[in-house]
Amino acid sequence: MKEGGIFGFLGPNGAGKTTTIRLLTGVLTPDAGSVRIGGVDVHKDPLAAKLKMGVIPENSTVYGDLTAEQNILWTAKFYGLDRTTRELRAREILGRLGLTERKDDLVRTFSKGMKQRISIACAIVPSPKILILDEPTVGLDVQSRRLVIETVRQMNEEGSTIFLTTHNIEEANALCTTVSIIKQGQIIATGSPERLKKTFDTTQYVEISFGQPVEKELFGHEGIYRVERRGDKWRLYTDNPDHVVKYLGALAERENLVILSIATSGPTLEEAFVRLTEGA
Amino acid sequence: MMDPAVFARSVMVIAEKNMRIYYFKGPVVVFGLLFPFIMFLTFFIGRDLDIVLFFPGFLAMMLFFTASSVGPLITPWEKREKTYERLLSLPVTLDSLILGDIAAGSVFGVIITVIVWGMCAVYLHLALASAAVLAAGLVLGALAFAALGTLLASTATDTPSTVMMLSSLIRLPLIFVSGIFIPLGQMTGWEQLLTSLSPLTYLVDLFHASLNGDAVYPPALDGAVLVLVLLAFIYGAKIIQKRNLVKGL
Repeated sequence: MKEGGIFGFLGPNGAGKTTTIRLLTGVLTPDAGSVRIGGVDVHKDPLAAKLKMGVIPENSTVYGDLTAEQNILWTAKFYGLDRTTRELRAREILGRLGLTERKDDLVRTFSKGMKQRISIACAIVPSPKILILDEPTVGLDVQSRRLVIETVRQMNEEGSTIFLTTHNIEEANALCTTVSIIKQGQIIATGSPERLKKTFDTTQYVEISFGQPVEKELFGHEGIYRVERRGDKWRLYTDNPDHVVKYLGALAERENLVILSIATSGPTLEEAFVRLTEGA
Repeated sequence: MMDPAVFARSVMVIAEKNMRIYYFKGPVVVFGLLFPFIMFLTFFIGRDLDIVLFFPGFLAMMLFFTASSVGPLITPWEKREKTYERLLSLPVTLDSLILGDIAAGSVFGVIITVIVWGMCAVYLHLALASAAVLAAGLVLGALAFAALGTLLASTATDTPSTVMMLSSLIRLPLIFVSGIFIPLGQMTGWEQLLTSLSPLTYLVDLFHASLNGDAVYPPALDGAVLVLVLLAFIYGAKIIQKRNLVKGL
């Protein structure tokens, strides 16, 4: 992982994303090989390695019996920050995450989104060199999700290297400088989102929606090799979009269908992900 | 090479968290505070017994229950509340976690026991044969039985009540075979053999030495046994917790 970037780790359920995070954070010990954080082996000197990182594990939360501020101050103590710095950082982060007014409330009274914000506050309080986030936006409302993404970006601008796992392909596309796709414990592709998309340059499709309900069988054309229903639209994968567009025009006229929208598109990161992890 | 200052800091910060969160949890209050009081009162009230003779045993039982009541709660509670994995990813090691838990249990045990001893000493005019031996007994007993609590917490469960039940199952029989209700000096034969197998016996004896000066074993032997028990409990807790670390995350 290059210093200073935002590294996204994508993979289907059970691919090994959380296991990788647990190896990085020293919770699991590798059977072979080693994990180095900023040049320090996590398993030989866990304390030195962990001092360089802030972590938000999946499905893990902060202490409900402590207040928002107590959670942050307590976490900062592990990193050896003096009292003045701890209090200053806690105030600054609480403000950044919109929690100043709730700082003295017990975390158990918070919503899931607010708890996740406190989790992030605790992870960034030491200004870590590496910020590790395991599915940080799962189950969050839109506001909390935006705040989390904004905080990740901000931390990266302030010099933290980010390692995050996500199911949200668009999030990875928008945030990450480098993405790795993992399948059954093996990295099967690594590159910038744009480079990964180009791997599937041949993947093109036409997306169409009609004013009337239609059946999948209607698209039985030799130039269309896959048909997917996407809400009120149909996505038709083809190697020759121009030809398919003409075919659809003729089809609509013949079947008396009203075309509400039609568009052609190139490959997406989601497409690259699906193609790479097929059968996982 | 691990930095000892960072390690010590992590132990202290973990202990601080445990003190803030777990000292006033229901199971700690019930099994740690009320239980030994009720046990002793049940035994003592309505019987013509010499309080001075039995007080060292009562004090040892108090320290035993209080020190060992915090540890069993911590890990299962954290696994259930989903705070454990985040804790593991902070600058801590398994060793610092175990020592932080033991520290919290020990401090709880020492504080409560000193308060009880202080109050009883004033109101009942109890003797003090050796303050140094009493202090050593308090520290060693608190550490050893807090380590027992941490060992009990090592089981792979995220249900605190299961661990508290297991802990009662182990702690209750010990108080009957440790010279608390029958003075050690009055035991012979197999009774003596049985009590010598309980680590609590050596704490009771150490308190007898420090308060009444009527110990059965030499205080150095009592202290050595408690140190060995402490090390054995820490080692056991480390082995089992390492094995169960990710279970229930």
